[in-house]
Amino acid sequence: MTAATASATSEPSASLGTGAVGDPSGAVEPAVGDEDPRPLTGRAAPWHERVIEIGLFACAGVSVLTTIGIVAVLLGETLQFFGEVSILDFLTDTQWTPLFSDKHFGIWPLLSGTLVTSGVAIAVALPFGLLAAIYLSEIASPRVRSLVKPSLELLAGVPTVVYGYFALVTLTPLLQHVVPGLSGFNALSPGIVMGVMIMPLISSLSEDAIHAVPQSLREASYGLGASKLATIFRVVLPTARSGIAASVTLAASRAIGETMIVAIAAGQQPRLGIDPRQPFETMTAYIVKVSLGDIATGTTEFRTIFAVGSALFVMTLSMNLLAMRLARSFRGAL
Amino acid sequence: MNGAGKNEPDGTPTHDPGKAPTNDPSSASRRRRHVAFVALALGATVLPLAVLAMLLGGVTLDGLGRIGWDFLTSYPSRRAARAGILPGLVGSISLISLTAALAVPIGVGAAVYLEEYGKRTRIARIIELNIANLAGVPSVIYGLLGLGVFVRTLGMGRSLLAGACTLALLVLPIVIVASREALKNVPDSTREACLALGSTRWQAIRQVVLPMAFPEILTGVILAVSRAIGETAPLVVIGALAYVTFLPDGVLAPFTTLPIQIFDWVSRPQQSFAVNAAAGIVVLMGTLLALNGVAIGLRARLQRRKA
Repeated sequence: MTAATASATSEPSASLGTGAVGDPSGAVEPAVGDEDPRPLTGRAAPWHERVIEIGLFACAGVSVLTTIGIVAVLLGETLQFFGEVSILDFLTDTQWTPLFSDKHFGIWPLLSGTLVTSGVAIAVALPFGLLAAIYLSEIASPRVRSLVKPSLELLAGVPTVVYGYFALVTLTPLLQHVVPGLSGFNALSPGIVMGVMIMPLISSLSEDAIHAVPQSLREASYGLGASKLATIFRVVLPTARSGIAASVTLAASRAIGETMIVAIAAGQQPRLGIDPRQPFETMTAYIVKVSLGDIATGTTEFRTIFAVGSALFVMTLSMNLLAMRLARSFRGAL
Repeated sequence: MNGAGKNEPDGTPTHDPGKAPTNDPSSASRRRRHVAFVALALGATVLPLAVLAMLLGGVTLDGLGRIGWDFLTSYPSRRAARAGILPGLVGSISLISLTAALAVPIGVGAAVYLEEYGKRTRIARIIELNIANLAGVPSVIYGLLGLGVFVRTLGMGRSLLAGACTLALLVLPIVIVASREALKNVPDSTREACLALGSTRWQAIRQVVLPMAFPEILTGVILAVSRAIGETAPLVVIGALAYVTFLPDGVLAPFTTLPIQIFDWVSRPQQSFAVNAAAGIVVLMGTLLALNGVAIGLRARLQRRKA
């Protein structure tokens, strides 16, 4: 679909360069568009530009190498891990005690910690983020919008270790006055703080989606006598829904991968459960705990962090791909 | 939202006439609902910012009294009142300088390739998709990558260099995306003018396009650097130390950073160490605010020039 436009716009500079030089000399040589301007300056040998281009290509290739590196490291160590521990135990056992003498390698307790903290985060970030997106796109004046939008992005720029401090030192003691039975380490407090952190992700991307809804749809709705609220909830939001879903999926993926907040404030107890007042250990917090400890590398105990890392990578990657697909279907629908 | 989703836009008109009789005479109730919703939406937008402001205010009150020359120039100690952040500060500054030295040339180079040379080729599209995916990989996974590749396979050990390489890969997508945006904003007519004057493609890029894109690239670099300054998890995974009583004497030396020092203090049960953590946070946030201020200032200047 875009192939025709792509080839037409891919090298506008080169083709124009040919034209500019071709005119005075009277002969156009399409095959040597790159070297053509050279006769006018008489500088810069083509081979040296070719070397630069290869160097630049190598820079771009670093990102591909990074991906290959991540997959190779995770896959290599995880395969070795599953040579020592049955993959069936990993996926079905309900206890995670790799550092005890009675070893169990069931991922579920860590997964449960990750899901409970991320669930709290989304429960906070979704209503706030969506309301903020509606406010910025449909209600706020352009001036207010240009002021508030970058301010919201500040929320995502605060280092996570700082958020961890807030969760543990400030929020948990406050919540203990309100929520009965809340332990000093719990999933609720880091979950709420994580929600604040990922809220700008939802507000910013949802605002883009809402903003992209054609004005004609709103005008048609007003023309039929609908109020502004009805237009927002019956016309604009339904039209933007896959764009909004993409933003929420990305935010959830960010929450699942978040490490320091939960490592500081959620505790270090693997627990299979759903009560956010209890301490939990997330997948990410477990990786940090083992890294801080003095377990020898190359042991099965140490390899657990690569197996957990692989599970984390697969989860976040599939959510990111889903978000991309949702965003693409949204753009396609418009 | 799903319930509303089933109501396709063309479903609205069949709904509204039925409601109209009850709605129309009391447009006051309609307005009241509108005002209530605006207040709710405004509240939801401002509340998180207010909460953050209060938290930052609180941590500043807690930590400010602890900050002094001694705090900035002392080594960590078992006694909280004597502990300082010198190794963390020196470690953070060296690590970030190394990270920027690695990530900026590679990131800008990649952006130049994708924007100026390989635009819309198949390989460029693969690289683009790859960068988009990398930007979503959790930072702790980069730590595992650094541990496997830089610390072990390449034999750098748990050193500054291994940390910088890991962080450089982590922030590379930010640098590339920002630099590409900057290059996109240079009008094609500029490139064509250069070529018409007889420059080669690279001469046009180096002498005209990159200088024009420079302020915006710099904004992106500052954002990447502020991200790197606050990173903790990948450095913990590659084995940065939490308790360091010496300064790194080279790129292969072990190290700690300010966020790791804060993490160490937060993790201790004693209240006196929490005060140290608060003081460390004030220093960290102060640095970040200053950096972001520069970035915002640059962006504002840019927008003014465009307008």
